[in-house]
Amino acid sequence: MRLPCPICGERDHREFYYQGADVMLHRPDPDAGEAAWDDYLYLRANVPGDHHELWSHDAGCGAWLRVSRNTVTHEVTGAELATEVKR
Amino acid sequence: MRVDGKGLVDRTRPVSFTFDGNTYRGFSGDTLASALLANDIRLVARSFKYHRPRGILTAGSEEPNALVTIGRGPAADPNVRATVQEIYDGLEARSQNAWPSLRYDAMAVNDLAAPFLGAGFYYKTFMWPRAFWEKLYEPIIRRAAGLGALSGQKDADHYEKAYAFCDLLVIGAGPAGLMAAWVAAQSGADVILADEDSVMGGRLNAETLDVDGKPGTDWAAEMVATLEAMDNVRLMTRTTVTGAYDSGTFGALERVCHHRDMPKGGVKETFWRIAARRSVLAAGAVERHIAFENNDRPGIMGAGAVRAYLNRWGVAPGKAVTVFANNDDAHRTAVDMQAAGVHIAGVIDSREDAQPLGDYPIYAGAMVTGSQGRHGLESITFEAQSGTERLATDCLAVSGGWNPSVHLTCHMNGRPTWAPDIASFVPTPGSIPGMETAGACNGAFATADCLREGVDAATASIKALGMTVADVAMPEADATPYSVAPLWAVPGKGRAWLDFQNDVSVKDVKQAAVENFTSVEHMKRYTTQGMATDQGKNSNVTALALLADATGRGIPETGTTTFRPPYCPVALAALGAGSQGKGFAPERFTTSHAASVAANAPMIEAGQWYRPSYFPLEGETTWRQSCDREVGYVRNAVGVCDVSTLGKIDIQGPDAARLLDFVYTNMFSTLKEGRVRYGLMLREDGFVMDDGTTARLGPDHYVMTTTTAAAGQVMRHLEFVTQALRPEWDVRIVSVTEQWAQFAVAGPLARDLLNGILDTPIDDEAWPFMSCGPVSVQGVTGRLFRISFSGEHAYELAVPSRYGASLFELLLARAKAMAGGAYGMEALNVLRIEKGFITHSEIDGRVTASDLGMARMISAKKDCIGKTMAGRPGLVAEGRPQLVGLKPLGPVKQLTAGAHIYTPGEDAAPAHDQGYITSVGFSPTLGHFLGLGFVKDGVTRHGETLRMVDHLREIETEVELCNPVFFDPEGGRTRG
Amino acid sequence: MRFSGLKVLKEGLTGNKGWGPHWRNPEPKAEYDIVLIGGGGHGLATAHYLAKVHGLTNVAVLEKGYLGGGNVGRNTTIVRANYMQPGNSEFYSHSLKLWEGLEEDLNYNVMHSQRGIINLFHSDGQRDAFARRGNMMIGEGDDAILLDNAGVRKELPYLDFDQTRFPVYGGLYHKRGGTARHDAVAWGFARSASDRGVDLIQQCEVTGIDVVNGVVKGVQTTRGPIRAKKVGMVAAGRSSQVAAMAGLTLPIESHILQAFVTEGLKPIIDHVITYGMGHFYISQSDKGGLVFGGDLDMYSSYAARGNLPMAEHVVEAAMTLMPAIGKAKMLRSWGGIMDMSPDGSFIMDRTDIKGLYFNGGWCYGGFKATPGSGNAFAHLLATDNPHPTTVRHRLDRFRTGVGIMDEESTGSQHNLH
Repeated sequence: MRLPCPICGERDHREFYYQGADVMLHRPDPDAGEAAWDDYLYLRANVPGDHHELWSHDAGCGAWLRVSRNTVTHEVTGAELATEVKR
Repeated sequence: MRVDGKGLVDRTRPVSFTFDGNTYRGFSGDTLASALLANDIRLVARSFKYHRPRGILTAGSEEPNALVTIGRGPAADPNVRATVQEIYDGLEARSQNAWPSLRYDAMAVNDLAAPFLGAGFYYKTFMWPRAFWEKLYEPIIRRAAGLGALSGQKDADHYEKAYAFCDLLVIGAGPAGLMAAWVAAQSGADVILADEDSVMGGRLNAETLDVDGKPGTDWAAEMVATLEAMDNVRLMTRTTVTGAYDSGTFGALERVCHHRDMPKGGVKETFWRIAARRSVLAAGAVERHIAFENNDRPGIMGAGAVRAYLNRWGVAPGKAVTVFANNDDAHRTAVDMQAAGVHIAGVIDSREDAQPLGDYPIYAGAMVTGSQGRHGLESITFEAQSGTERLATDCLAVSGGWNPSVHLTCHMNGRPTWAPDIASFVPTPGSIPGMETAGACNGAFATADCLREGVDAATASIKALGMTVADVAMPEADATPYSVAPLWAVPGKGRAWLDFQNDVSVKDVKQAAVENFTSVEHMKRYTTQGMATDQGKNSNVTALALLADATGRGIPETGTTTFRPPYCPVALAALGAGSQGKGFAPERFTTSHAASVAANAPMIEAGQWYRPSYFPLEGETTWRQSCDREVGYVRNAVGVCDVSTLGKIDIQGPDAARLLDFVYTNMFSTLKEGRVRYGLMLREDGFVMDDGTTARLGPDHYVMTTTTAAAGQVMRHLEFVTQALRPEWDVRIVSVTEQWAQFAVAGPLARDLLNGILDTPIDDEAWPFMSCGPVSVQGVTGRLFRISFSGEHAYELAVPSRYGASLFELLLARAKAMAGGAYGMEALNVLRIEKGFITHSEIDGRVTASDLGMARMISAKKDCIGKTMAGRPGLVAEGRPQLVGLKPLGPVKQLTAGAHIYTPGEDAAPAHDQGYITSVGFSPTLGHFLGLGFVKDGVTRHGETLRMVDHLREIETEVELCNPVFFDPEGGRTRG
Repeated sequence: MRFSGLKVLKEGLTGNKGWGPHWRNPEPKAEYDIVLIGGGGHGLATAHYLAKVHGLTNVAVLEKGYLGGGNVGRNTTIVRANYMQPGNSEFYSHSLKLWEGLEEDLNYNVMHSQRGIINLFHSDGQRDAFARRGNMMIGEGDDAILLDNAGVRKELPYLDFDQTRFPVYGGLYHKRGGTARHDAVAWGFARSASDRGVDLIQQCEVTGIDVVNGVVKGVQTTRGPIRAKKVGMVAAGRSSQVAAMAGLTLPIESHILQAFVTEGLKPIIDHVITYGMGHFYISQSDKGGLVFGGDLDMYSSYAARGNLPMAEHVVEAAMTLMPAIGKAKMLRSWGGIMDMSPDGSFIMDRTDIKGLYFNGGWCYGGFKATPGSGNAFAHLLATDNPHPTTVRHRLDRFRTGVGIMDEESTGSQHNLH
């Protein structure tokens, strides 16, 4: 599997570190309540198919990316810098 | 026997090799299989279960029978296909799985017991008495199982891995693959053409068909030469594409040096990772057998293989050849053999309307029903329209039709499509993104169709690449259509074989269906059909057709099992090339490494780093003596220790303080310039991630230290926070671990030592505990931190790495002059335990700040990572194990890490478990063992006596719980 | 029909005509007391224990493919009870005891072989962590021996002790650990459950879970609706999809774990061995193939197939640890879908929907748990109370933080366990 790093270009996924679903971009407020924090850290929709997820280009530029990828076919349809997604 | 005037072998270059100790001769260009057949050797192996005699069945990598061991000693290579192994002078091959000899194999007795050893028999027996399974039955089964043997010695050969990139990967260099590569190359694409054979051309080298008005072999050779001359084409012979993976990634195994004696420093195999923008599969087809009673004798071969041995290698596998087939293609075997002067005993064709292609006896509408000959075929019995007949023959060339090699198209979960016209499966388009299929693997068997499909596949690929397709002329070639009438098994009572290596018969498949193993996966797993080294390439389609028949379903509904990588077996030494010995992980060396090694310090692994365990002096016989002495340096004089392996992260920017406040539980925005603070870092789930000190070097400039173990994790975490959570903050971080060499200088004389080397002396007023700043060391600008991991008056001095080695030398010389010296990890560990300082032995990923007695370090004034989740009920509940010190009481003076703590008088069982010990050390300072550990509500239980039990080491003692700071709890020495 | 050596002999002498189906192929009934979603190892084991221990036979196991087609048929067959965390320790201890009587219980040879497992360690710190674990195991009544370097050399002389990147300090030896023939486990449970009256229904995919006013009423399937008083979700790998049919979101992410086997070879590896400095474990099957695996491919996936980087990493670990197997040839690689929970431990609990129960989150530890899981889940379904060995394995433990069993100590990230 190859991921299109917006900074480095397309690279083998062995250069990247996978964290999980992109819900991790949206950290709840400290007082958002236990349900919100449970959603953030633990509960996952985990639906087969299109998935937005966070990868870090550890062995490359060090950028955190939001990658769009299908969890059934592994087709990668895009990657954006996490910093851009948050703006 | 060798046939004059045929084949591509070089008759001017004879080659001598051995098989089972006997010397034989072949020619350069021979495989072991062709050379053995040329020497009339037919018995080459034994089957897996019944040890039935086995001969060469095929002429390719799908060979299930002729597996041999090549070489000896550490180089012995088991389970090598004789059909792939090329011969060279001195090649040494041995048969496998037979004792005392291939000809008289004692285990052949299994065949007599076959009625009791049918499919799945072992699930139904060997259950009583229970102990007998492990003590008797299983050891016997294990000894009998397996084909070849590993030498048991370290693999001495060299293997490599490599990457390649291309626009178009063409897999297979038969007529379809060559045309595809030609079109793509002419169009300007970067092309890799890979073929597992030593000579490109595929079936063209095994047939007598013309292409473009010349022999197919010549056409292929000319095409290969043309492609080879092009800069944008890479030809990879002896290279099997083993797997199709995501995003156009392919695995490929190149057998670099199996075909000749290994030169010094040579590479045996290279495992390639090929990233291709597009691919064309032109992998050809595998001929299938027909099941009939005793269809497995040596001498019974594939009809296409028999033809290949004649045309490619100039070998006739028999003197009187018979053909048994259900299709026209197999008749070419009779035609070619006859043309070469080999006697054709007859062609038995199951089709009633079969017509001969030449002048040979044909038995249309007939079927072979049996064979005779103990170690090799002597005659066959067949059922003709006229009745049962017997024919003397030493080679039966069988063809049940051809199965397209669809395997790679199924590696990404694609399922092949049933094609009734060829009675086999063809690739389902789109199974591998970016892959086109062409030629025989696509079900197109006529040469002209192969050439055309090759062009079409390349055209589609080049267009998809956005390039312009070059016009190429289509060569003329044979266009005879392929026709086949399905014949899976000849009816009969005897054992008719499907999987030759695993000894699976038609009966076994039917029996599986009777026992309700009707799913094709169940049948496979119950009978082991298709699980041998050929992974069912020769027999799976036939087996599932028979299963479909037995269950009354159609073949498409029955479906196939899943083809999985690798396409052909790959040596672990190739897939894991480069990792033998030290190659598995990078080795990181500190700047003091050489000096430590020179001082005979045993170097131990700390993550990827090496660190000195202790520095032995002459006369010291145990590590404890050295360790105690080194602890003494620090407690009484001065010790020097390389601490460069700790992670160092440089943090700069207007929002640097905000970042630190966010990732640490405690405040760093309030830290003054020139000061250092201990920080505790949580994971977002509220458990402790790491700890360390962070120094403020300037208003917007901090340098953070992490533990050695967590350096990478913390760096990634900070990147996550700054990029994914708080991208609006103006702060930059960079790892500077490698850039700075850093040394702890610890002990009552630490400042005296430093003042001997610093360009400007320091004093307590300007450099109090937890201060930091730039210093000049012998003209080099460094950084000094007054911090302590030993509880002594101590500093850490950092200089750019290029000065590390000389600084270490200087510090060591000064320390020695002051009755001190270097200390290693053992002493460092004792020193920190004496002070109750924690490491990742304590911060094991499951402890909270509160467990460590650091609850107050979570600032109430701000949010931080992990703060919310650290407040969950389960993380603040009573009864959690908390950090304590432990001292042995009673006669046993030893503590052990990993021991558990129990209440005295109760069973040492989980129900009474009070906690566990994480770190121990003998304190020369205090004269007894010290331990750190976690005990339920331990903070409130200091002074209690509990019981330590180490079941593993059989050590038990009473322990007293205490403050984890054993030595100088007031900290006077640190500040003094 | 009872299986025995005598029966095999008799059938062999009379043409093997007397063997019948190992399980029935019933048509689904309109209603059952209990419907289990998933005919893998755990579902079939649950059915067996429901029938045998609790006398409940009006039970159906619904399987969308073929019986035993999930992870029970594609794992590396390791059976052990060497967990450290309270909760897991007692559960796996219980499960191992069930393994030790499984052949008699099922009248099926599942080839459970207690060949011994050696977890290698490569530093003092790892040794201490393994000692803590080993002491927990012994305390639990299981077995463990702490081997030093010399002890490992004696057991595993073919390892590289001299040149390897991370030298072997020693190992934790669990003699009662071992392997079993994975398919046979599924088939044995299936046969027993079917013989006792449970309906095993293949090619029957559940497409909906009927819930009315917070109470489960049955399921919709590709073979029609089936009413049920209780429904057990036991489809690890697909847990999230099944639970979603009842409107539940789980703390689970699906990941790929690859496994590998070599061609058959004469015996060389007698034990199960795990490497401490990379993700690699290995044993040799009774057929002679070296069976090995490593870590997840790390990205979430439902593809049941892997990629090269983890395959290479696993083999690289093999080559630094035991270069003697370099000439063994990988014959096949495959992948299974793992239910990764955020503490690496399984979940077995009631749900907020009355009559709906959940069993999943097995990460890649499900095979050895098969009898224990079936036994405990049957207990939960039959009695509405958790089995004593699974009281900690609650669905809400992440929200509350109570009873988290972080065996790998890696925290909330699902794929790190």
